[in-house]
Amino acid sequence: MAWMALFFIVPFYSVAAVAFGQVDPIRQSAVPEWNPRYWDFTLFTDVMHRVVNGDLGTVFIRTALYVVLAVAGCVVVGYPVAYFVSREAGKWRAALLVLMILPYWVSYLMRMLAWVNLLQPQGWMAQLLSHLPAGNRNWLSGQPITVVLGLVYGYVPFFILPLYATLDRIDGRLLEAARDLGATGRQAFWRVTLPLSRQGLMAACVITALPMVGDYYTNNLLSASPRTEMVGNQIVFFLQQTTQPQVGASLVLMLSAALLVVMAGYLVSVNRAQKLVTR
Amino acid sequence: MKRKPKLLASFTALYVLWSMLPVAIAVLFSFNSGRSRSTWQGFSLRWYWGDPFSSVWHDDSLLRALRNSLVLAALTILVATPLGVGLALGLTRWRGKPARVANGILLLPLVTPELVVGTALFLVVTNSYTFLDLGRPAQLVGHVTFSLSYVVIVVRGRLLSIGPDLEEAARDLGASPFQAVRMVIVPLLTPAIFASAVLVFATSIDDFVASSLLSSGAGSETVPVKIYGSVRGGATPALNALATIMLSVSMLALVVVFAIMRVMRRRQGDANAGENSLKELASW
Repeated sequence: MAWMALFFIVPFYSVAAVAFGQVDPIRQSAVPEWNPRYWDFTLFTDVMHRVVNGDLGTVFIRTALYVVLAVAGCVVVGYPVAYFVSREAGKWRAALLVLMILPYWVSYLMRMLAWVNLLQPQGWMAQLLSHLPAGNRNWLSGQPITVVLGLVYGYVPFFILPLYATLDRIDGRLLEAARDLGATGRQAFWRVTLPLSRQGLMAACVITALPMVGDYYTNNLLSASPRTEMVGNQIVFFLQQTTQPQVGASLVLMLSAALLVVMAGYLVSVNRAQKLVTR
Repeated sequence: MKRKPKLLASFTALYVLWSMLPVAIAVLFSFNSGRSRSTWQGFSLRWYWGDPFSSVWHDDSLLRALRNSLVLAALTILVATPLGVGLALGLTRWRGKPARVANGILLLPLVTPELVVGTALFLVVTNSYTFLDLGRPAQLVGHVTFSLSYVVIVVRGRLLSIGPDLEEAARDLGASPFQAVRMVIVPLLTPAIFASAVLVFATSIDDFVASSLLSSGAGSETVPVKIYGSVRGGATPALNALATIMLSVSMLALVVVFAIMRVMRRRQGDANAGENSLKELASW
């Protein structure tokens, strides 16, 4: 437990200390301030202003947009697949399960490397796409669609597995009962399967959305252009390439606060749903 | 009478194809005989060891990345596994509010974006924990911090299925608390400990964010960091070869974990051990 305190709680506090700390007047470097009584919020509010109505705001909005689109993509791709493997796969089930687990164990960077190879101007996928109208462009530079699809490709395995676990637990007899009571297959799905899997679906969305929000590498590998920059890129930029880690630290704090709100909302809704079930 | 869901089946097949094919092609190009990572020029092992300068075997920076990744993963196992097992043992005994808080803290790294954890560690290492150098020591701390949660989850799951009875029996027969744990619980836990160690290994070699933020330059680059740094440049297929080697290591780890879990379930008399182990794997 001491380990967690030392390397998880304290570092987190140090983010605040740096964000609210002073700037060394001579070296212009950040000096963390450990005592909350002396915290200086000017820089933080400054960054806050830039986020609310300035250059950083567009980055935040873009991040939110990409994440929402990519999670939606995960739902569109992942739900049918998870549903099929859990309900209809029959004798193929074990084999398909293996195929669902495999990408989870392939390094994320390896999978991005694969797409960079395919989308390079000489790459097979780029060649294929160039036969389409408007398909002849540099797919690896500032194309939002590449970034969003890259995120979907990268995170969909993390989405499918928890959803599969939920769908797999749904009692098949409930569906039979629905059918016996005259529901068509479609009705049974919409009125029994979907509501029963809503919890798992939400959990899967949260599980994929959280790391996506802090993702900067997908973006950098598949686009590396300011036009598609996300919050993560800004944080890493301020942290590593400037002498202003305080700005990066402030951004981390804001991002965490935003995520905390989302998480709290999610937990409240889970709690409410559980109360409904037990009542 | 049920209609065959052809549409869903083909959708799933397409998904499998889509998820696997790019990686398979990347592996294929590690065997390319030309310098390109996107134009096929024939089969060769040039990029593994044939090429005297830029093959994985002869290029120092690639070999170093490979070594860094493996050493870091091994060290992470050595630190995270005993810590996690101890923590799991403690948490199952501990009751009341502090235990719940500790539980919550343990789950936090799983829901916090790695970027946030990485940034926090980076700032604390550069500002106050100056005894920790950026590079391998800091990377090790980062890897242990997030893999600890996995160990605790796996080991605690097993502990709960063992239950308190055996330990109590050992105590009744005169064992000290420590003896009861060492002679009864730990042997029963061994497969779970092995499984979690392999899991730690796999998460460590795949990790990019913490390794990258906490590295100290070229000397402590791991394979994912190396891939990240060179993929957009004019890297040769040696990069694919490096990635393919790591891929084989991960796949080996996966097979080992699966085998351990199946043995565990068989011993418990699970008739459908294979498929249930798969399901457990899927639930992580």
